[in-house]
Amino acid sequence: MTAISEKFQKAKANGEGLLIGYITAGDPTPEQTPKIADALIRGGIDILELGLPFSDPIADGPTIQEASLRALNAGTTPLKVLDIAEQIKTEHNIPLVVMTYYNPVFRHGVDSFLSQAKVAGVDGFIVPDLPLEEAGDYRKAAKTQGLDTIFLATPATSNERLRKIVDASSGFLYLVSRFGVTGTQTSIADSTMQLIKHVQPFTADKVPLAVGFGISKPEHVQQVIAAGADATIVGSAFINIVKNNAQNLKTALQELQTSAMALKSATKL
Amino acid sequence: MKLSSYPLDGKYGKYGGRFVPEILMEAIAELEEAYVQARADPEFQRQLDYYLVEFVGRPTPLYYAENLTRKLGGAKIYLKREDLAHGGAHKINNTLGQALLAKRMGKTRVIAETGAGQHGVATAIACAVLGLKAIVFMGTDDCERQRLNVFRMKLLDAEVHPVESGSKTLKDAINEAFRDWVTKLESTYYLIGSTMGPHPYPMIVRDFQSVIGKEIKQQFTAATGRLPDALVACVGGGSNAMGTFYPFEDDTDVKLYGVEAAGEGIESGRHAATLAAGQEGIFHGMYTYIIQDQNGQIENTTSISAGLDYPGVGPEHSFLKTIKRAEYAYANDKEAVDAFLLLCKTEGILPALESSHAVAYAVKLAPQMRKDQSIVVTLSGRGDKDVETIAKYTGVQI
Repeated sequence: MTAISEKFQKAKANGEGLLIGYITAGDPTPEQTPKIADALIRGGIDILELGLPFSDPIADGPTIQEASLRALNAGTTPLKVLDIAEQIKTEHNIPLVVMTYYNPVFRHGVDSFLSQAKVAGVDGFIVPDLPLEEAGDYRKAAKTQGLDTIFLATPATSNERLRKIVDASSGFLYLVSRFGVTGTQTSIADSTMQLIKHVQPFTADKVPLAVGFGISKPEHVQQVIAAGADATIVGSAFINIVKNNAQNLKTALQELQTSAMALKSATKL
Repeated sequence: MKLSSYPLDGKYGKYGGRFVPEILMEAIAELEEAYVQARADPEFQRQLDYYLVEFVGRPTPLYYAENLTRKLGGAKIYLKREDLAHGGAHKINNTLGQALLAKRMGKTRVIAETGAGQHGVATAIACAVLGLKAIVFMGTDDCERQRLNVFRMKLLDAEVHPVESGSKTLKDAINEAFRDWVTKLESTYYLIGSTMGPHPYPMIVRDFQSVIGKEIKQQFTAATGRLPDALVACVGGGSNAMGTFYPFEDDTDVKLYGVEAAGEGIESGRHAATLAAGQEGIFHGMYTYIIQDQNGQIENTTSISAGLDYPGVGPEHSFLKTIKRAEYAYANDKEAVDAFLLLCKTEGILPALESSHAVAYAVKLAPQMRKDQSIVVTLSGRGDKDVETIAKYTGVQI
């Protein structure tokens, strides 16, 4: 059993959902990322999702686009992201997944990059521009390395595709909550709740269901878990805290910890 | 396997494919299905032909450039005059085809990306005549550089959305169009402007542009009783070149030359010659050659011609390069400007700076060929839009 699956199993036994926290590695600088991760972990996130910055992130809204640019301008490279992951894993026993567009992995060499990621302590990958049909090499390499392959499902995904995506997913299934890109919103639409209820029977007994895109407040987390999700993913809200406190890291870290704590409490129904 | 039967399963050899977020997969499958049906429907073809003849003014002439031929003293040079198509470029062949498809699919809102503005203008024209709403994404840097085209699009009733993200140029406009598309999949048709993006776009755009090559074949054969020896076209994303090459892919005696933009020179690092100096990668939904750094980050490109200023290239070109069916050369800014001036003086034609890259290569190629041989150069667009750039480059105040 992988570290991610174990975490989900424990949470289920405790009757709570998981909180997955996303940050862009290297934003604002590679040196600060482990401290930011540390604050979120102290706040109570269960799984850390580390974004590998890419020049052209087509699935992301302005918050993560800008974070990616800041990280790239600060000299963040794919291998540096693995160094950061390794540093975090040395200090914390937490499952860690890397979110990356496919080209940086492809350019480096899929087998080699995944093998180095494994050595660094990475537990799984999310590749948002790599649909199932193109994912053969990646799935093979991940299997060899014992890494989880987290695929995405969306409101536009047919039942037929959904079944295939669930079968190819390990660790968890990433359910995109809405028609759109990443970014915060003020409230969660009813359609998201319906979507979770629709998808849940497909994932039940197969793979945990995590919901992301637009989730930023404790009440969102509560709603999504109550609707049947096993986990929620929060990203842009954390990145905004980092950005808004660019001049004062200490304040940022405090706020991140407080925010993660509030979001985590909401996973306990 | 005949080359013209590609793509197979969405791929040209190993290139092409569909590397897009999951949320687009069903929409892209729906598009492919709709296109395959439309292609087989005589009524759709009849409609498209009607607009191509009555509205665009096709067929465009295949003009024997006698003065240029004499000056170069080698193979005969013919010019395929896409510059005479409505709108001033080949872009309209594709936008009309896809706008008709959008209408057939019941879409009401058409989005498009543009760099220099030519595809944006061609989209605005097609949408205006077919009664569709056009929204064009354009980087803010490009909006500034191409203010006239922004105004032209607005006159044609299109909405222009300036894009502030990333490098604020064409690749970012494409990113933003994809991001917009996922928010309104039901109503929106994404009208891509070149033979790029996820399958089926490279095929759709090639098919609509292949009217260029079909006409060349017909016109050249009617005039000479045989096929030309070589075809030359410029390559950015590669749509006018694919349209020129495709009907000749299986005529292996006809040499195919694609000409990329070498900007300030390949060695300067400031260029847009993707096939010459890029590496394989995954970008904008396709597996193809890309201008990228060693970490797989996409790099900015440089060319005097905005229409060639793109860090990717259509996957079918990557395929034709790899199997050596086509040869890819490049011309730098200076060679393109020299070719522009040469064609003005010898033939009285102002070619677009994009097309001038093709002319520049033909100027090198013709003297190496026999006088009884022939080259067809596709003049993808007219150069009126470029006169300010030419003045600036040559140090003339206007």
